[in-house]
Amino acid sequence: MASRTKATSGKSGKTSKSGDQAASNGTGTSTGYSKDQLLEMYRQMYLIRQFEVACGENYARGLIRGFLHLYIGQEATGVGTIAPLNDDDYIVTHYRDHGHAIARGLDVNRSMAELFGRKTGLSKGKGGSMHLFDAAKKFMGGHAIVGGQLPLALGLAFSQKYLDTKGVTVCYFGDGSTNQGLYHETLNLAAVWKVPMLFVLENNGYGMGSAVERVRAGSPDFYTDVEKYGIEAAVVDGMDVIAVREATEQAVKRLRAGDGPLFIEAKTFRYVGHSYADGQKYRGSEEIDEWRKRDPVEVYPQMLVKRDIATQKEIDDLKAAVDEEVVAAVKFAEESPQPDPDELFDDIYA
Amino acid sequence: MAEILFREAIKRGLAEALDNDPNVFIMGEDIGEYGGAYAVTDGFLKQYGPKRVIDTPISEAAFLGAGIGAAAGGLRPIVEFMSISFSLVAFDQIVNMAANLRYMSGGQISVPMLMRAPTGAGVQLGATHSQSFETWLADVPGMRCVCPSTPYDALGLIRTALKENNPVMFAEPALLYAMRGEVPDEYYEVPFGSANIQRAGDDVTLVSYGAGMRVLAAAADELAAKGVSAEVIDLRSLNPVDYDTLLTSIEKTNRALLLDTSRRKGGAMAEIASDLHERAMEWLDGPVVRIGAEDVPWPYNRGLEQEVYPQSSDVLAGLQKHYGI
Ligand SMILES: Cc1ncc(C[n+]2csc(CCOP(=O)(O)OP(=O)(O)O)c2C)c(N)n1
Ligand SMILES: [Mg+2]
Repeated sequence: MASRTKATSGKSGKTSKSGDQAASNGTGTSTGYSKDQLLEMYRQMYLIRQFEVACGENYARGLIRGFLHLYIGQEATGVGTIAPLNDDDYIVTHYRDHGHAIARGLDVNRSMAELFGRKTGLSKGKGGSMHLFDAAKKFMGGHAIVGGQLPLALGLAFSQKYLDTKGVTVCYFGDGSTNQGLYHETLNLAAVWKVPMLFVLENNGYGMGSAVERVRAGSPDFYTDVEKYGIEAAVVDGMDVIAVREATEQAVKRLRAGDGPLFIEAKTFRYVGHSYADGQKYRGSEEIDEWRKRDPVEVYPQMLVKRDIATQKEIDDLKAAVDEEVVAAVKFAEESPQPDPDELFDDIYA
Repeated sequence: MAEILFREAIKRGLAEALDNDPNVFIMGEDIGEYGGAYAVTDGFLKQYGPKRVIDTPISEAAFLGAGIGAAAGGLRPIVEFMSISFSLVAFDQIVNMAANLRYMSGGQISVPMLMRAPTGAGVQLGATHSQSFETWLADVPGMRCVCPSTPYDALGLIRTALKENNPVMFAEPALLYAMRGEVPDEYYEVPFGSANIQRAGDDVTLVSYGAGMRVLAAAADELAAKGVSAEVIDLRSLNPVDYDTLLTSIEKTNRALLLDTSRRKGGAMAEIASDLHERAMEWLDGPVVRIGAEDVPWPYNRGLEQEVYPQSSDVLAGLQKHYGI
């Protein structure tokens, strides 16, 4: 696997040390990516960030309701893992799904409209923030029973193998979901069936207010356990979009070759509360500040400028375009009609 | 027209689907090498191979969930539970995922998946193996739920189930696997949501499904001996329910009795009875009578189990009490 990721292969697998800061955020090595690719990753991360900020604002305005889980802080993981995928690959995720949706290129207007519960939303206002879907883009949700999305991804990967599509299925889940039996059942079955499934654990250190070490016996690392299922696992700095992308590219290549499931643990962090309603009583601000220093949305573009990959003006222009896009998405959502009551009984049965 | 066993009728329907559609596959615990707990899939592994006949680990939630994913991915999975009681382990996946997926995706994703499970009491398996959770699943929007009472219906319904693009629970009364019945050689289907008048009559409408039809058949014989002509209706489908057939019958008989072989409390018939009270009140000479199992966990002992299980004598007593017949 990539130099800045560590894989377990029966030998010792250690977590990236925090001293690897120089290598983090793509500042230490030359990347194999073109300028367009590097800028596109930034555009997506910045778009996710601005989209999420706008969601928070519109929640405060009462235009978005229900539970709202923001992806702020985790952008590099979503963008880095989705960048290497093809149109044929499936994505399955949990309720913290806006970032994955945007990285997959789901329509930003219709995504925002879904959060607003409007007729023009991806699910016509029937899904909401936690249930984003776009079957045409093979984005298979947005699932809000913790751990419940894992077997869905397993089955999609099964279908890819059965139909010999050469596609892969990427499944996102949080540290909290690893305490569900389904996590273990799915790892086992994925390995038994040798399906092309990439498990992406977004370890942000908390499940709601429960810090990993308070609810998990043994090591705070997860990837070290997975080899017991015969699944090779890598750990990657989830704040470093290039490291995440490299690790995913290697994994996806192997999945396509039919080697069976693989696992990536991305160490990441959410700067904001679990959901919009969270006062974060369970943690101090120092921890947040510490992670903020490595905020991919801040550090990564600085690296691009410092290394003469892009000019500050290019970065600024890109930001201005994204800002406009988000303003337009909110406008689109706000001006969209509410669903008609007679749509209530549509879409229950095929 | 040949006489075959109930389990053979199911097997025939499954085999047809496996023969006709390469995207059909079947999975479950010990359905392959072992041949299935009730021998429905015996020989399939040899005939269709391990790609399409898959022995799973004892992970109901995961393999049922994988069935949902496979269905969403373009396949048509058939998932067998060893008992409908074990489906509880997978209820999260059935209800939260399979049944809701289409709605919460705004119609983008369908789940053409057939679930099969032996259901019901009467074979002394005790509390954890005798339950009838098709009555719970019948309540869930997005689900289809059927339960045959004859080999004819078993084959006809399973053919329909294997064309249905929604998740279907196909409940197989464990008591009936060895039942014999006539099945035509010509192709036919039994549509969902069509109740079957097994016996026409004028004086009272008796309704049940699955193994309950045996109890009603005995009750109808006993009623006939008393000069009471019973119309006996098999719902066949719990979701959707064929209210038209029930209402037409009640308009004629003015009396109705519903029987569940599962617990009377909260059973499928509770909902139907309530609806019938609203919709058929003008024709009814008394309340819609409900007969069902006692409100206890299923006991193992034969005598106790039969005590809990509804009998034809309970049907006659109910009619006597509420209609004086
Ligand atoms: C089965 C289930 N139990 C509880 C919840 C409530 N809940 C929603 S998210 C969450 C925490 C999950 O944490 P994690 O998996 O680490 O994901 P993160 O929110 O950190 O991205 C909980 C307890 C739920 N949605 N489903
Ligand atoms: Mg978490």
